[in-house]
Amino acid sequence: MPDTFRYASQFLFFTIVAVFVGYFSNQPVHRHFPEGMAQIKLGFAHGAKRKIDCRKLTAKEIAKLPANQRRPNNCTRGRIPIHVQLILDGKILYDDLLIATGLFQDGRGKVYRKITVPVGPHTITARLRDSKRASGFDYETTRQVVLQPYQNIAIDFRADAGGFLFR
Amino acid sequence: MSIIRLMLGNLFDMIERFLGRFFPSQWNPMLNLGALGFFFYWIITVSGIYVYIFFDTGVNNAYASIEYMTHEQWYLAGIMRSLHRYASDLLIIVMMIHLLREFARDRYRGAHWFSWVTGVPVMVMMFVAGISGYWLVWDKLAQYVAIVSTEWLDLLPIFGEPIARNFLSPDALESRFFTLMIFIHIAIPLIALAILWVHLQRVSKPVINPPRGLAISVFGLLMALSLFYPAYSQPPADLAMVPANVGLDWFYLPLYPLLETLPGSVTWGMGTCFLIILVAMPWLPPLKRAQPAVVDLDNCNGCERCFSDCPYDAIDMVARSDGRAFEREPLVNLNKCVACGLCAGACPTSIPFRKMSKLSPGIDLPDNTIVSLRDQVELVARGLVGPRRIMVFNCGHGPDLSGVSSDNVGVVALVCIGQLPPAFIDYVLSRDLADGVMLTGCLENSCDSRKGIDWTNARLAGQRDPHLRGRVERARVETFWAGSTGKTQFSAALNKFADSLDATALIQKARSEQSKVTSEGKPDA
Ligand code: HEM
Ligand code: SF4
Ligand code: SF4
Repeated sequence: MPDTFRYASQFLFFTIVAVFVGYFSNQPVHRHFPEGMAQIKLGFAHGAKRKIDCRKLTAKEIAKLPANQRRPNNCTRGRIPIHVQLILDGKILYDDLLIATGLFQDGRGKVYRKITVPVGPHTITARLRDSKRASGFDYETTRQVVLQPYQNIAIDFRADAGGFLFR
Repeated sequence: MSIIRLMLGNLFDMIERFLGRFFPSQWNPMLNLGALGFFFYWIITVSGIYVYIFFDTGVNNAYASIEYMTHEQWYLAGIMRSLHRYASDLLIIVMMIHLLREFARDRYRGAHWFSWVTGVPVMVMMFVAGISGYWLVWDKLAQYVAIVSTEWLDLLPIFGEPIARNFLSPDALESRFFTLMIFIHIAIPLIALAILWVHLQRVSKPVINPPRGLAISVFGLLMALSLFYPAYSQPPADLAMVPANVGLDWFYLPLYPLLETLPGSVTWGMGTCFLIILVAMPWLPPLKRAQPAVVDLDNCNGCERCFSDCPYDAIDMVARSDGRAFEREPLVNLNKCVACGLCAGACPTSIPFRKMSKLSPGIDLPDNTIVSLRDQVELVARGLVGPRRIMVFNCGHGPDLSGVSSDNVGVVALVCIGQLPPAFIDYVLSRDLADGVMLTGCLENSCDSRKGIDWTNARLAGQRDPHLRGRVERARVETFWAGSTGKTQFSAALNKFADSLDATALIQKARSEQSKVTSEGKPDA
């Protein structure tokens, strides 16, 4: 093979590699979300009330405990499952019982859920029960929103901030 | 497994041959994959250090600082950024081809396990390093990577609180995750480099720098790409929006769409299985473990040739143990020896001429001895007739030469062409066992035992001991590095050699007739 042809072929080879690398380094575009939809993302971790209420120890009982284990309350470890509901325009979008994590179910219940919803005006209600009450909810928040295409609305929950946070 | 390997091996052979048509063999990119990997690593390091100088390490200003580099200081920082990206892409490409090639060439089992197993964590780390790099740009792609990665990690029941919550909404975003990513992006490649050092411990004289011409061409490629198609960011990350349409780097993130859609049990399960299989591959059936080389001290003078020719650092020279007057003796490390036979080809006592004393080299392969090689030579020679008798020495990784043998062509098989002591060529020609000798094996620079072809070429050229004796007529010796799929090319070369041999053989015959005539004519001479 004559030299010029060999150099031309090498050049061609490197050009093909360059085009290949350049192209696939950012294309083709990955479309993974339906056009004209929006998203509600529900995500939080929360520790519910205990299944059996803590009992205050008497001064005598506390004194009996080894020095490094003295505490004011006696608690069992299990926590109540958290009941969460998400309601969009009157329809239930999400309804679940969050079991506390951990071997003894003493951890926090957690949820992380993405829900695709149509754009436009909506009424969203989020509510949660974390106590032993038989009906109703301990926390409930309702918001009117107008969702834009690809908008992501996050719903968080923080008991110390008063309940659900829409952002 | 064997079938896949064979097919892949032949595919590599064909690609290497094709590139060999316009690349000098030492420049062939396919034969420099490991070295190219290192070359890209260094480019990434230098460009990375430069880019880091201008990079704002807080999550809120990172994007702007990269925009500054790309647009304001495009002529330097921008180019550095592009080099950093494209060299990383090429690193992944050459690494994955390197992995496939070592598999296809059956260099992951037996004593090769060491390089294979240490390669696996390097592979994982290179991916992690690249993915963390895309995170740092904090554009839409980074947001996508952050969300998919954390959601995927959350599928493991080890985090108390979903870490994906960090990317729930703009005001949930904290810098701590970002700082962790910067740390990962710098620490992981450094750890990988340390493991790469281990990776090469069992390879003697590893090629870690590509030949200059190839390095310059590849750097030119990177520069051209960086100038004409610079790396840009995508729009800035915005957690209030779904990063719906993202341009992915398909070299680093090809699996991300799957992580998103497949259930965690599948992705974690398959990922774990894949890695376990990869690590376990050297020990999966069918097991193949040839007997390592064995030293015979009675025939060893401690010359160290085996030591310097072993391509896998499997021989140590240690203090002499048999009381003879030599200083040292070779000791084969059984775990490192791949039974390639290069040492036997190098040993000065691998001389087929001896008839009185037993042919017994100082070092030899128990499964494929030099004695059996001589037996093969003699058997093949007996079958050869005609004026153009050619004895072909074919390496075990060379072309499939079934059907090539004929009245005047005989094939002798070796483990590696480097197993052939040059004295055998002299033996064949001076004993008139054939008129010509042809050597073949892997493609040049693609030697399965790394150094077999290099050492053979050097031995024939008289540049490396044991060298082919000067009295051997060079026109009667030919080499053609055909590769495993190069039967057609080999046959063509064989015919050409046979034609050229006519001349030499005739000259030979004529000469010998002449000398007979003269010696008969002058009885006193
Ligand atoms: C960027 C990452 C990597 C680099 C820079 C690299 C570099 C190298 C180099 C320079 C050699 C020596 C080649 C020679 O001189 O003959 C080598 C050998 C080897 N590599 Fe890698 N390597 C990398 C990743 C991997 C991976 C991921 C695997 C497979 C899991 C792997 C498997 C092997 C094997 C099996 C050998 C030994 C070949 C033999 O025994 O002859 N490498 N590597
Ligand atoms: S056969 Fe000889 S040259 Fe080959 S790896 Fe073993 S000791 Fe080294
Ligand atoms: S090449 Fe042969 S003689 Fe030389 S050290 Fe090795 S075994 Fe001994």
